Amino acid sequence: MDVELLARIQFAFTIAFHYIYPPLSIGIGLLMVVFESLYIKTKKEDYHILAKFWTKIFALTFGIGVVTGIVMEFEFGTNWATYSRYVGDVFGSALAAEGIFAFALESGFLGVLLFGWNRVKPWVHLVSTIGVFLGSMFSAIWIVVANSWQQTPAGYHIVGEGLMARAEITDFWAMVFNPSSVERIAHVWLGAFLAGTFLILSVHAYYILKGRFVAISKKAFKITLVVATVASLAQLVAGHASADGVAKNQPAKLAALEGHFEKKAPADLYLFGWVDKEKQEVTGLAIPGGLSFMLDQDFDTPVTGLNAFPEDERPSQLNAVFQFYHIMIAIGMFLIALTLLGSYLLLKKKLFDKKWLLWVFVFTALLPQIANQVGWFAAEMGRQPWVVYGLLRTDEAFSQAVSANQILFSLILFMAVYTLLFVLFVYLLNKKIKHGPYEEAADDDGDDDRPLTKEISEVVTG
Amino acid sequence: METILGIDYPTWWFLVIGGLFSGYAILDGFDFGAGAWHLFFRKELSRRIALNAVGPVWDGNEVWLVIGGGALFAGFPIMYATLFSSMYIPFMLFLIFIIFRAIAIEFRGKEEMLWWRKLWDICYSISSIMLAFLLGVVLGNVLQGIAIGENFEYEGAGFFEFLNPYAIMTGITTLALFMSHGAIYLLLKTEGRLFAKLTFLLKKGMIFFMVSFAITTLYTLLYIPHLSDDFKSNPLLFIIPVLTFMAIANVPRLANKKKYKLAFFFSSLTISLLLVLVAIELYPNLLFSTVDPKYSLDVYEAASSQRSLGIMLLFVAIGGPLVLGYTFFVYRTFRGKVKLDDHSY
Repeated sequence: MDVELLARIQFAFTIAFHYIYPPLSIGIGLLMVVFESLYIKTKKEDYHILAKFWTKIFALTFGIGVVTGIVMEFEFGTNWATYSRYVGDVFGSALAAEGIFAFALESGFLGVLLFGWNRVKPWVHLVSTIGVFLGSMFSAIWIVVANSWQQTPAGYHIVGEGLMARAEITDFWAMVFNPSSVERIAHVWLGAFLAGTFLILSVHAYYILKGRFVAISKKAFKITLVVATVASLAQLVAGHASADGVAKNQPAKLAALEGHFEKKAPADLYLFGWVDKEKQEVTGLAIPGGLSFMLDQDFDTPVTGLNAFPEDERPSQLNAVFQFYHIMIAIGMFLIALTLLGSYLLLKKKLFDKKWLLWVFVFTALLPQIANQVGWFAAEMGRQPWVVYGLLRTDEAFSQAVSANQILFSLILFMAVYTLLFVLFVYLLNKKIKHGPYEEAADDDGDDDRPLTKEISEVVTG
Repeated sequence: METILGIDYPTWWFLVIGGLFSGYAILDGFDFGAGAWHLFFRKELSRRIALNAVGPVWDGNEVWLVIGGGALFAGFPIMYATLFSSMYIPFMLFLIFIIFRAIAIEFRGKEEMLWWRKLWDICYSISSIMLAFLLGVVLGNVLQGIAIGENFEYEGAGFFEFLNPYAIMTGITTLALFMSHGAIYLLLKTEGRLFAKLTFLLKKGMIFFMVSFAITTLYTLLYIPHLSDDFKSNPLLFIIPVLTFMAIANVPRLANKKKYKLAFFFSSLTISLLLVLVAIELYPNLLFSTVDPKYSLDVYEAASSQRSLGIMLLFVAIGGPLVLGYTFFVYRTFRGKVKLDDHSY
């Protein structure tokens, strides 16, 4: 196999695995802030218990996010050396800002968040929780800024030629607020909120169905459902803004997302379909003129198709990009329908009688995760053949010094060790969920698990 | 070229990175060191105490790695890209072991079976040893120089080229240094029989370090002349190795007097001073080319633009004190000896 393909597979595998965790941390973090604020305001112990319980699960997702994140930071240099030299001045500074301002904030307050429940005053603890949550939100900003710069470069100039060419910052704020960063940050944040809230909904729906921790779970479910409903509706707006931006800034990518070949008016909007790259056609169900309308509020506006671009400047995996994008949208629509139905039944006070609906919520935890994954796959594969849109091609960006055998070696190791890590994650998550938010006095089943986070305050006494 | 206090931006960034790496080496150094001793503790209880001594802080220590790596990428992208792609295998192994160590720490306490715990103890200890060794191996390659050719591309061949004699020596020396450092950290955190055993192990560790350090130094002076050039041209710099030797000598002296806090301070100082030595030996270069000196990479060639460095120096001026503040706060909140309970690993 060739070096470029292996480097891409390794990067895709490690980033996809990494991206399971940070969105969960951000989404769960939001609800931790909500639960703990409610506790401070109402002094009700239930909210305290919920805040503590979800903090334990947060600790797990955060920890895995950190170790798998270090891998990403190293891989730019190990596998994408030409890319790193080219973009270091710009991309590196966004990454450095993430480290200094966001990651340090998260990690700094993390100790108090996890182990300081009995060591500091309640409001100091709440400040720490907010600090960690804001840190994770800021992290997302800088990482998405860095990636958005790859999609829509701005605030730079190119110095040098050929292999010595490098992008350098000319205007820091223009780089940060490049044409796609704002809407993509919103899109990513909301995706993270959905990943976190739907895990929380899933766990509490499960408790209600199993008749454990019922009262507290109903409380948690109601609050989280409100957040999830708002987030899934807001995601429609943010997602639309994102697609608009792609149409404006990356027309080849939009054409790939929508399977649109010829510049014709009106352009159709496919709900689902199958792209035949050779025949240049899509078989599926479409709204006639829908794409034109979505982008310009006019059914007759022409939309630039793939054929407007030279063959070697179009994404090669057209059907995959199309499918990933459409799966994401289908999941987004399903989440809106589900949360609206849930909220309606909640208002009618019938929600907790609908067992089937609670079961749907139990399994829906996986869907935002899938949407996040396929959304990023569509975004990154749709940018091909560029690694920095219009500036640097992916097939010129990988490390010249690294051989295929070396990557094969590391890829196999990563697959083995990440499998182990995933098993550990599922095992610990399952154990925490089975244990539940507090000790059940009545039905002691002999389950004497130790709580699974390291409670420093009780391990080390000063 | 713009300057602050008469020092240009690339040199400032070189100092910033030196500071971050030495913070990382001091912090993750003691937990790698503690892990390296792990199998020397025979009893289950001792092993649990030793593990829980690093339990609250090991992942926080890795923050410094993340920030240091980001700072290298941002400030010296060419150095970062060239070093990481030339040292592909050691860096990949480092990543694998760092994840493996995290898994071992988390898995170990989850089952009671003796074979289960022994298995993860072995994984934990081997990962810690390998992490310390690999850091030293990369350092050895940087000091010795690597086969950089045209366009900053590595021209070396072979899977195991990184594992040359000098790199093995610096790898072992780093391991020995971290083991002494880790033993002192554990002394601060333990009591009773484990404490007594550690006082004995610390002596062994110090001897191990001094012997390996002496051999490495001798080899450096004899076979890697470019590293001592700066000292020959500027004798005033000899104060640094002299201070380093004094710091090293202070560690066993203070340990004998049972002043372990001070010993830990001097052990940390030793690590910093050794990195200062490395910095002097390298500067103004970052990477020596063994192909041809004209391909060597200095701080000016490797650096990002003035504007970018200026922005990031501002980041550091604002963010640096905050990071130090968090670190101090966490260690202060959780200071003292380890007490095991149901919530421990």
